[in-house]
Amino acid sequence: MAFPQPRPQAPQLPQHLLRTVECQQGAVRAVRFNADGNYVLTCGGDKSLKLWSVSRGTLLKTYTGHGYEVLDVDCSYDNSQLCSCSSDKTVILWDVGSGQVTRKLRGHAGKVNCVQFNEEATVMLSGSIDGTVRCWDTRSRQMKPIQILDEAQDGISSLKVSEHELLTGSVDGRVRRYDLRMGQLNVDFIGSPITCVCFSRDGQCTLSSSLDSTVRLLDKSSGEMLGEHTHSELFRRWPCLLLGSGGGLPDFKDACWESCCPITVLPPNGAPPFDCYGGVCSGVGGGARGCSCGRQLSSAC
Amino acid sequence: MASDEDSDEDFVTYGIPLEPLEEDEPIRKPVPVHEQTVKDEKGRFKRFHGAFTGGFSAGYFNTVGSKEGWAPSTFVSTRQQKAGRQNARPEDFMDEEDFSEHGIAPQEIITTDDFASERKDQLKDKARVVNSLAALIPGDPGLLEELIAPARSSIGVELLRKMGWKDGQGVGPRLKRKQRKQNTDVAKLYGCALPLNGSEESEEDDDEFAPENVTFAPKDVVPVDFTPKVDSHGLGYRGLNPLQALGGGSESAHINLFTVQSDRTSSLFGGRNSGQQRRGGIAGQAFGVGAMENEDADIYHKDSMSNYDTVLGGEEPGDGLYGWTAPHQYSRKKNDSKRDVVYSGRILDGFTLASEITEIKIVYPPPDLPRDFRPVHYFRPVVDSSTVSPIIAQALQTSRGHLSQEAPQQGRHSLDSSQRRDMLGETPLQGPSSVFELLGSKDRERLNEIRSAAKEQKKSVVNLSSAEDRAALVASAKAAALQALSSRFQSNTPQPDSLTSPAKTQASSETQMALNAWSGPTADASKTFKPFAKIPQKQARYDLYINKLKKGDKDALESSLDSSMTEWERGRESDEFVRAALLYKPSNSSLSSRFTRGKHEDDTDSVEVTRDQENDMDDKQAAVKMKMFGKLTRETFDWHPDKLLCKRFNIPDPYPGSSTVGMPKIKRDKYSVFNFLTVTDSSQVSREAQSASKPPSSSTTLPHLTPEVNKKSRWDIAGQVSEPKDPLSAFLSETRSEVSAAKQIEPGDKNQTDSSHASANPEVKVAQSDEKQTEPKTEEEEKEEDEEEVRPPMDLFKAIFASSSDEKSSSSEEDSEEEEEVAPSTSEPIQSSAETLNPPISAQLTPAPDISKVPDLKHLTVQSKPSAETTTAQNTQSSSQSAPDKSQGLDEEEFGPRLPPPGFIPSAHSPQLKKQKKKDKEKHKAKKHKKEKKKKNKKHKHKGKQKKRVEESNSSSEDTDSNSEDESRVVSTSELLQRLKNISNKR
Repeated sequence: MAFPQPRPQAPQLPQHLLRTVECQQGAVRAVRFNADGNYVLTCGGDKSLKLWSVSRGTLLKTYTGHGYEVLDVDCSYDNSQLCSCSSDKTVILWDVGSGQVTRKLRGHAGKVNCVQFNEEATVMLSGSIDGTVRCWDTRSRQMKPIQILDEAQDGISSLKVSEHELLTGSVDGRVRRYDLRMGQLNVDFIGSPITCVCFSRDGQCTLSSSLDSTVRLLDKSSGEMLGEHTHSELFRRWPCLLLGSGGGLPDFKDACWESCCPITVLPPNGAPPFDCYGGVCSGVGGGARGCSCGRQLSSAC
Repeated sequence: MASDEDSDEDFVTYGIPLEPLEEDEPIRKPVPVHEQTVKDEKGRFKRFHGAFTGGFSAGYFNTVGSKEGWAPSTFVSTRQQKAGRQNARPEDFMDEEDFSEHGIAPQEIITTDDFASERKDQLKDKARVVNSLAALIPGDPGLLEELIAPARSSIGVELLRKMGWKDGQGVGPRLKRKQRKQNTDVAKLYGCALPLNGSEESEEDDDEFAPENVTFAPKDVVPVDFTPKVDSHGLGYRGLNPLQALGGGSESAHINLFTVQSDRTSSLFGGRNSGQQRRGGIAGQAFGVGAMENEDADIYHKDSMSNYDTVLGGEEPGDGLYGWTAPHQYSRKKNDSKRDVVYSGRILDGFTLASEITEIKIVYPPPDLPRDFRPVHYFRPVVDSSTVSPIIAQALQTSRGHLSQEAPQQGRHSLDSSQRRDMLGETPLQGPSSVFELLGSKDRERLNEIRSAAKEQKKSVVNLSSAEDRAALVASAKAAALQALSSRFQSNTPQPDSLTSPAKTQASSETQMALNAWSGPTADASKTFKPFAKIPQKQARYDLYINKLKKGDKDALESSLDSSMTEWERGRESDEFVRAALLYKPSNSSLSSRFTRGKHEDDTDSVEVTRDQENDMDDKQAAVKMKMFGKLTRETFDWHPDKLLCKRFNIPDPYPGSSTVGMPKIKRDKYSVFNFLTVTDSSQVSREAQSASKPPSSSTTLPHLTPEVNKKSRWDIAGQVSEPKDPLSAFLSETRSEVSAAKQIEPGDKNQTDSSHASANPEVKVAQSDEKQTEPKTEEEEKEEDEEEVRPPMDLFKAIFASSSDEKSSSSEEDSEEEEEVAPSTSEPIQSSAETLNPPISAQLTPAPDISKVPDLKHLTVQSKPSAETTTAQNTQSSSQSAPDKSQGLDEEEFGPRLPPPGFIPSAHSPQLKKQKKKDKEKHKAKKHKKEKKKKNKKHKHKGKQKKRVEESNSSSEDTDSNSEDESRVVSTSELLQRLKNISNKR
């Protein structure tokens, strides 16, 4: 299967604000680029999901069907499907073109914080506040999850999928990495509740932010810490960071932090920071920000 | 998909930014307002109305013609033309359009209203009439209008006025007051259709003021509308009156004057003579006449009333049955005189008249209620005498309560079970159905006597109480109740041979009951419950017993038991069997056919727990604080992804053979506290046990902690079966095992259950890679050892046992198990230790077993055991002090005699009488030592570095001591309380 190549892009930081779009869907809960970064999806507090064109800033489609706030969305590699999760405890698989709900999956006991496709969009993985990660099959009509990963002792706040790994961050202060190839579960104790986890671009490290305002770069294999950055306000909410929390976060220039893998946080002229790692699925086409407070989405390149 | 492709494919854009889409659309400029003009034929901008007929539209384009909207008058000096000064008339300011036909000042010659045709006027009148009828005050607006428009008054009115008539007066000669009154009276007498309306009341009022010589004009009478409803309009709706619309103008003058009455009066007075006209001429009624049309009667002449059906359903049949339309065959029967009387109407379609008149039901008055009747019924509890103790039965009987035996045998509820069974035709239940059958024959006779006597008492209230009978009955009932009581308690306890005679008879009666229950035809062995399924041999013995029971074998019990067992065991087992047989006796065939046995025996005792649990968080937290991420914070577990998940991820299954998904699970005791503790790992525990079993003397040097010691083969154990143990801890472990035994299954064969369970369940085996030297252990041992570590603080024990003797004893694990069996329930208050003990034990008993000597007793049991175990134990007592290791003992379990519980001290090593002080000291040492070991073990497990253990433990043991002690205190307080309670009970 041919995967879309990430756009060849020098690891440079986005420097200027390209566009600001009024989403008009209440609070923007999440902003995600599609696989190639040409489209942006915004999850609204008004139960809707909107697809925007990055280049023109126009609204292309609105997806309605959730019963509550949409909390996360992911786009399949071929841009044909979307999966989104919501406070209404459901995970929905959308058809991008028609805007119809392909599958509505119930099973989580609480609101679903994060959702991701695997690389081939054959499995959706959703992490919920009920402490489970559920693996939903997109290929079959089975409405039950393939597997439930209930090792976490508290809610799952963040989730990333790589080719054969699943990285989850939980409020119980642990980063769990499920290695499907090895059949192993690695639990890294961080202590503070994890707000966001991420793989580094080279896939050798994991990055996790926790409520103690710290981002830690851990070696994937050994669990040793390679780098750490603490900022009083900046990393309080890493998801916000990834999206770029709007509003005036102070002193972003200080927050530039680089390590062996290109993780960079830069706020040019007070603009929001961007995540510049993770290649395929992350919104690094240009970087995006959704202001949960400002109800608008800006994308910058 | 490449990124450049998706620019071609596009979605319809909607929303705010419209600019890119505008290029495609044709330019459609909206016509601005100033271009939306109308021009007349001459090309001028046309005005729709002049200034005086509607005002200007104002502005430049639609105004008087100038840009400003008005033309300023030029100054004209009036000096020369003062005389010719003319006043401006309105017409000077008017537009052309105002002078046109529809303007306010038309210049063309047209007929004025006064000279306009009457028809035109009629039109207006008609509209007015309609309005007036719709108005709140009938006639009022029209009247006002008439008054306001005097020019319209006709010549007749003018003439009348000239003659002195005034508006509001009646027409006629003037009257004196009385006369007028008479006049009205006359009018009343004649029954004239002109009633006096509301104004008459006021008339009465001004009677006083009326002087004699004054005459009054006759009253202007407003005729009341007596119009019958002849039309088919809805109530209150009046269409346009065709008379008014089209008819002649005969009354028109009058109508003009009194608009209200115009319609009514016409219908009152003129209705009849205009009837002819109406017949022919009414047409197009519903449509009325268009307001703008000239009335042309010809329009409606095509239509006539004859074209309409004025009556429903053809000609009136003349039978007087208005509207009732029954079929003819029914209506023909109308001639029947009888029916004529009954029913005069037509019969509805589908109905017939009844051929005979139904008799009227006679309603009787309700019966008179007795004076003391209460409309509420109170149900007394119905008690079956066979299920109720005789005392209660007796009490109920005397207190007029319902007792089914005595109740009249009619109601279903008053029948007893056997009677109902007979009625249903079921096979009779085998075995005694009531307590009475268990009584001796003599007693039964006596009871029957009493019962019959009681019956007679009830029947004849006269000879109510023969005192002796009653006394006898009470006495017998008491006896029976006592017996039942005692049997209830004794059924829980083992039945030694040396029991007193009532108990013995009780036991025999139980066996008899079992025999009765099972010898019936309904019993089917294959379907019966297998209470001892966990222990195959025992179950086999039980089956044998049941089979023999079914054959009616009297001594089924004795023959089916294993003769190789000790007498005590046999006694216990026989008791178990009897009870099981009674408990699980075959149910009624009808009942059993309705129930099926569950396919899966749900194992409620255990839950699935993930095998690997994360370690304690404290050290991790510390590591995080020190930012020592890595080994300290990382834990790696086996995790089995689902096969399908692997497939979807395009990844080979890492565990191709296994069927487990997720974290591997093992079964644990459901209610065990240890499920929720983080130290549950059994291998860890075993190591704790090792350290716990160490004698206190070796606490300073730790020579035997090396792996070589741990790796001893199981055959080494024979030399060191029993190990030194602190006596107090031995006692504690025993009491604990008692407690746990109480918690365990009632049959009390816990060890067998466990061992079989362990062997059957492969999951129990702990596959810890670095723990090869320890073999899988059974749960019981695990638990025991776990309990070992939750030990209450010393002072508590001191407080409890301050008065107890200093005797020390040793006991083996076997012993403690026996203790479990002996006392299956700690809550059992009676027959404390003496009765529950085995015959051989009781033979050796000291006459008054004190609580403090309980350990002693156990010691005795060990001594009394004829097996080789004691000898070996004694052997090892001398030899095993150097390196006793508990874990080997655990291995022993399957094929050798049992080992003593952990923390054991041989009696040889610690003689019976020792100083309290020394004991305490020892104990403390041992404990401390154990703690050290525990800590070590934890570390060892965590890191998998066995070699380092010794060094680490020395350094880190001291500080953790207090922590663990605290923990143990917390855990065991409840347990302690229970123990205390037991002890007080026993005392």
